[in-house]
Amino acid sequence: MTVKARVLSVIVIVAIAVIACLALFPLITLIVSSFRPSSDLMRNGITLSFSFRELNLDNYFHIFRQADHYWTWYGNSLIISALTIVLSLFFSSMVGYALAVYQFRGRNVIFILVLLILMVPFEILMLPLYRLMTFLGMIDSYIAVILPMVVAPVAVFFFRQYALGLPKELMEAARIDGCTEYGIFFRVMAPLMLPSFAAMAILQGLGSWNNFLWPLVVLRSNSMFTLPIGLSTLLTPYGNNYDVLIAGSVMTVLPIVILFLFFQRYFISGLTVGGVKG
Amino acid sequence: MEPASMPKQANVPLRKKRKRNLFFSKKVAPYVFVSPFVLSFLLLFFYPLLNGVIMSFQSILPGQTAFIGFSNYERVFNPTFYRALYNTSVYVLLTTILLVCVPIALACLLNSRMMKLSSVFRAALFVPALTSVIVAGVVFRLMFGESELSLANHLIGFFGIEPVGWRYGAVSGMFLMVILASWRWIGVNIVYFMAGLSNIPGELYEAAEIDGAGVLQKFYHITLPLLKPVTIYVVTLTVINGFRMYEESFVFWENSSPGNIGLTVVGYIYQQGFQMNNMGFGSAVGVVLMGIIFTISIIQLKFFGALKKE
Repeated sequence: MTVKARVLSVIVIVAIAVIACLALFPLITLIVSSFRPSSDLMRNGITLSFSFRELNLDNYFHIFRQADHYWTWYGNSLIISALTIVLSLFFSSMVGYALAVYQFRGRNVIFILVLLILMVPFEILMLPLYRLMTFLGMIDSYIAVILPMVVAPVAVFFFRQYALGLPKELMEAARIDGCTEYGIFFRVMAPLMLPSFAAMAILQGLGSWNNFLWPLVVLRSNSMFTLPIGLSTLLTPYGNNYDVLIAGSVMTVLPIVILFLFFQRYFISGLTVGGVKG
Repeated sequence: MEPASMPKQANVPLRKKRKRNLFFSKKVAPYVFVSPFVLSFLLLFFYPLLNGVIMSFQSILPGQTAFIGFSNYERVFNPTFYRALYNTSVYVLLTTILLVCVPIALACLLNSRMMKLSSVFRAALFVPALTSVIVAGVVFRLMFGESELSLANHLIGFFGIEPVGWRYGAVSGMFLMVILASWRWIGVNIVYFMAGLSNIPGELYEAAEIDGAGVLQKFYHITLPLLKPVTIYVVTLTVINGFRMYEESFVFWENSSPGNIGLTVVGYIYQQGFQMNNMGFGSAVGVVLMGIIFTISIIQLKFFGALKKE
């Protein structure tokens, strides 16, 4: 490398490093602020200057000892995310797999319907879906939050792409060995699709953990709230709950960031589903 | 699953077996696999979509629903809706420009041979995508507080600018929403563009270098044209996400912003449908929004020539 190229390379790396720090900056300030007195946050917001001596664990003590409602939201979020992952992976993988490996009448129609759902924003269906949920008596329940997410078009699309690359000879071999079509899927093909399950579990889990608008619409009582809905109720200018808000925000994000550090590959392939191949 | 053989059913095994075989046959299995999708499509997509269109022609009051023709649509195009549409359009325009140009530049830098630790930086830029809008909103609301001590006001103070009431002005309010969305989405788009870049054969650059092409020439004549499919995809995604936007506004103002500076089209649907209990009118706004999104998608696809390719 010439000297000029080396200098240029250092400049580029420093520039990217600065930008990366800027991207992480809001989360770092969030974490630092969670150790500061909540009354200060309430008065001045996040400030540039603060003394290190005022940092303490009070917000966390408070949230662990006196904020039962926060843990109720946490539990709700965990249950809803877990159910969404299990159900949506089960159903979406079956659909995606069938679209990929079988020739059957109506296959193209169904694939076009999947793409159609992908194109119509959920927000447009919000009012009629809400009426449907009211009619079914499901308002303010887990099932109301989960149901519209169960067959996820993105996941169907992803599983189909993945299953297209599976060796079809295995299916024939399994058939000769007397395996039923369902056995072929559950015992032979689904295990081969494991990486796609990991990616979609993360996508669906993250989506559900962070989902806001739909739970806001169908959840009514404080004891049913998920974390984003619960935290948003604390986000008022007159709130005296900034301790729960700030420490709670950290504990909402941190588990996800830690998971990301371990399973980066799956996060990225899951979140960037789609026709990138061009 | 049915029990293999019960003594009482000894005289019907043949029919049962045939039924079983049909259920397990290669002809029927795919339909069993796709049945959950078909059911959920009908119940949770097709029916609500149809119902949404029907509702937009109705006046819906508790226990009393009546068809009122086009009168919802006649009332849709009012100043508040135009304000919402204006906000949403400005937001779409700004986020699209930011979320295409900046990620392309960063992806090229991360992908270049001069880069070290590229995956570490990519990960760092991706982390904001993991936060929920609410948590991101909490941070941004606190950073851009009204107090003159708040981080943002402190920073602009270095440049001699007076403290700003960020959430109370139309321009600064729009800035807050755009910056929040851009912060959260930039990493995802970088990953898209990096995937696109890795598909460009390296020989093209080598050939260009032999012909004496500079960095910028290579960028304009090789990188940009070959990134076109990814760019179309990212633009389409960003535009549609922009028109769906509601949460970025909610975290700053809940459901009522001063002078509707934060009102978006989806926010208007929410306000009318749930807060004013005017579901018919809200549905009409929804149908109009759907029309806008479809028109834009089609224009976009035509304009970029993606329809011809497939």
